[in-house]
Amino acid sequence: MSYTTQTQTSLEAAGDSAGSEYLAFTLGREEYGIDILRVQEIRGYEPVTRIANAPDFIKGVVNLRGTIVPIVDMRIKFNLGTPTYDQFTVVIILNIAGRVYGMVVDSVSDVMTLTPEQIKPAPEIGTAFDTDYLIGLGTLGERMLILVDIDKLMSSDEMGLVEQLAA
Amino acid sequence: MTIDMSQFYQVFFDEAFELLAEKEKLLLALDVAAPDSEDLNAIFRAAHSIKGGAATFGFTDITEVTHMLESLLDRIRKGEMALTTEHVDAFLAAKDILTMQMEGHQHGSSVDQDAVDSVCRRLKALSLGQAAPAVEPAPAAPDAAASETVATDAGPVADADGNFHFRIELPVVPQRDVEALASELGLLGTISQETLPDQRVAFTLVTSEGRDNIVAICSFVLDPDDLKITHAGGVPQAAAAAVASAPADPGYAIFEPAKPEASAQPAAPAAEAAKPEQAAGEAKNWGRRATDKEGGSAESSSIRVGVEKVDQLINLVGELVITQAMIEQRINALDPIVHERLLNSASQLARNTRDLQEAVMSIRMMPMDYVFSRFPRMVRDLAAKLGKKVEFVTRGAATELDKGLIERIVDPLTHLVRNSVDHGIEMPEKRRASGKNETGKLTLSAAHQGGNIVIEVNDDGGGLNREKILAKARQQGLPVSDAMTDGEVWQLIFAPGFSTADVVTDVSGRGVGMDVVKRNITAMGGNVEIHSIPGSGTTIAISLPLTLAILDGMSVKVGEEIYILPLGYVIESLQPAAVDVKEIAGQGKVVKVREEYLPLIPLYQIFAIEPRFDDPSQAITVILESDGKKAALLVDSLVGQQQVVVKNLESNFRKVAGISGATILGDGGVSLILDVAALLRSSHQLNTDTIFS
Repeated sequence: MSYTTQTQTSLEAAGDSAGSEYLAFTLGREEYGIDILRVQEIRGYEPVTRIANAPDFIKGVVNLRGTIVPIVDMRIKFNLGTPTYDQFTVVIILNIAGRVYGMVVDSVSDVMTLTPEQIKPAPEIGTAFDTDYLIGLGTLGERMLILVDIDKLMSSDEMGLVEQLAA
Repeated sequence: MTIDMSQFYQVFFDEAFELLAEKEKLLLALDVAAPDSEDLNAIFRAAHSIKGGAATFGFTDITEVTHMLESLLDRIRKGEMALTTEHVDAFLAAKDILTMQMEGHQHGSSVDQDAVDSVCRRLKALSLGQAAPAVEPAPAAPDAAASETVATDAGPVADADGNFHFRIELPVVPQRDVEALASELGLLGTISQETLPDQRVAFTLVTSEGRDNIVAICSFVLDPDDLKITHAGGVPQAAAAAVASAPADPGYAIFEPAKPEASAQPAAPAAEAAKPEQAAGEAKNWGRRATDKEGGSAESSSIRVGVEKVDQLINLVGELVITQAMIEQRINALDPIVHERLLNSASQLARNTRDLQEAVMSIRMMPMDYVFSRFPRMVRDLAAKLGKKVEFVTRGAATELDKGLIERIVDPLTHLVRNSVDHGIEMPEKRRASGKNETGKLTLSAAHQGGNIVIEVNDDGGGLNREKILAKARQQGLPVSDAMTDGEVWQLIFAPGFSTADVVTDVSGRGVGMDVVKRNITAMGGNVEIHSIPGSGTTIAISLPLTLAILDGMSVKVGEEIYILPLGYVIESLQPAAVDVKEIAGQGKVVKVREEYLPLIPLYQIFAIEPRFDDPSQAITVILESDGKKAALLVDSLVGQQQVVVKNLESNFRKVAGISGATILGDGGVSLILDVAALLRSSHQLNTDTIFS
């Protein structure tokens, strides 16, 4: 795990000037982007083991090659799209600071490269995500990506994926 | 050559601590009446090596202590002084002092200078006081050695600088040893080497040291009797000086018996260790290697690997095993005649996978000796303090246990051993009165039993006193009756609060912290049993799973979900009769099991599962016990019993109430392991709305 993190940071340093790559996915009718370096892999949905007394959007845990990985359904969390589970359901496996999460989305489209100029600050309105968790809006021709600060989102209290220190 | 010596400190400390441990072990094993000369030599060598290393790094305080130790040991070794227990005690005390000094240098912790002085005085007194009358002038005259002055030998004539010229003829020894000796002797003075016609080697040494020191050094490698040392008289100093310059290099001592390309050698490790990425972690490896070579030509037989690498390997193999099980399942559906070869290959794969898994698991295993080796000293000191006589025996020290567990077993085991010496074994007079050998026997043993390791602490002392324990339990308000079996009575001493010092004092007293012992062991997935026979002793048996990563589990089904119960907590499972289940208003239900009312924990209610049965008389109750609390867990059915690999849920998720971990089932799915202790804790306050809301 530590190895992955290492490469991530070194790549990050290298990619800064040339613009960053984002993985584009859809939730409902909106198109979102997350830092590609946080994505470990993309998988189909497989049956999960439910965790008792967890919120709805935490579907449960799966076995990912020996690691127990929690699966979060963003469609439920943000009331977007319809949560159906079939062979087309996509799970993005994220690796954030050595912790692995699965995130269910409607679909994954492609990887986009955005230069800093193409990223505009996010307006205070309009998306399902709290602006705290947004990096900004990325535009590429006709398309507009809502860029999500996935690190912040996944480690937030709201998601309840990480043990919060008693404060 | 300039070397930053501090980068080798770690090497020295690692090595020295190992040597000290070795020394202590040898000292304790020493038979005072008839010491084995080989052991004495080994102890001497350990002291000498530490001295050499300490001198190299300029730790003069350590050098001083070891020097005195060495002089004394040397005389005993040569039979000039008889070994007494007093000596052994002094040596052990010196070992403690050295450990303290080294920690002082290593971590900057404080050093008790008074203790150092007192030990030094003790060593000095021993070497002076007893030596003078016992041995007359003797060729060695090592009284002087304590003050490191010139040894006076009758024959030799010192030259102008106070140096002697020795000619040392070696028997036939490997070239490697010759080089090692040459460099060692070179530390004493200047040395030259020549090859005799019959292929033997002779050294000419110019030194201020006495003959005995030369013999001492040579005895590292060869039998001193084979040595021929003569006084060479006036060998030209210049010739001698021209040869070995080894002693000039201070970095040398620590690597001494390594392949001695003389002074070129230390430069290599220095250069390598200087690479920035190697810093601290690598320094340890160096220590390891240096010590390996210490033992002569033995190849380095181990490598140090990070635990996380090993764990990753174990994970991957676990995954492989599951994949293999899946393949096997698919293949079994095929026609065995048509696919014979495929089936053969598959069974080969199954075998290989199993072997691989076992091999990988064994990497984390360490011998119990790691734990056992620290007890002889403790028992000895404790017995001496209490005025008891105890013979300490260990068995099965080679039995292997997971590293994680071995570190956690130390404390409970220390406690049990101490209890046995303190309260188990009686005073010599009392033992004699009851017709037993004055010397009590304390046995520590380890053995594999099925998938578990069983560690036993056995003493032949007075045994537990049933009446006293029962009386004390009553006094503490524990539910007891005279009809309880011995086994049940003994378990009482594990009850929390049963552990004040004034409890069962003189007779057994085993109460102090026993609840902690039990809790620690339960936390490791093990259990503790006591067998005791009044008057003839007590055995406390700890049974542990071989590794933390594997747990004996019972899988239970509720609705469509499967949960794992750690088997250690399970007492029995039964289907209660309808009349035995009683409702307590607002408090949930209780179930009557063997005249005892246990709270009923409906798992489906806690975990919000749609159960197949909600009527306890149709479902199954599993009786669980933890920390002396019992409860009945209501589940739909029992699925089976299996060993499961424990996975941490928190590594990617948060702590889930009521769940202690997860595991991967044979079909690749995940199953959660119940946290029985937490469930039981909650059961006593279980209301209609669960504590998990």
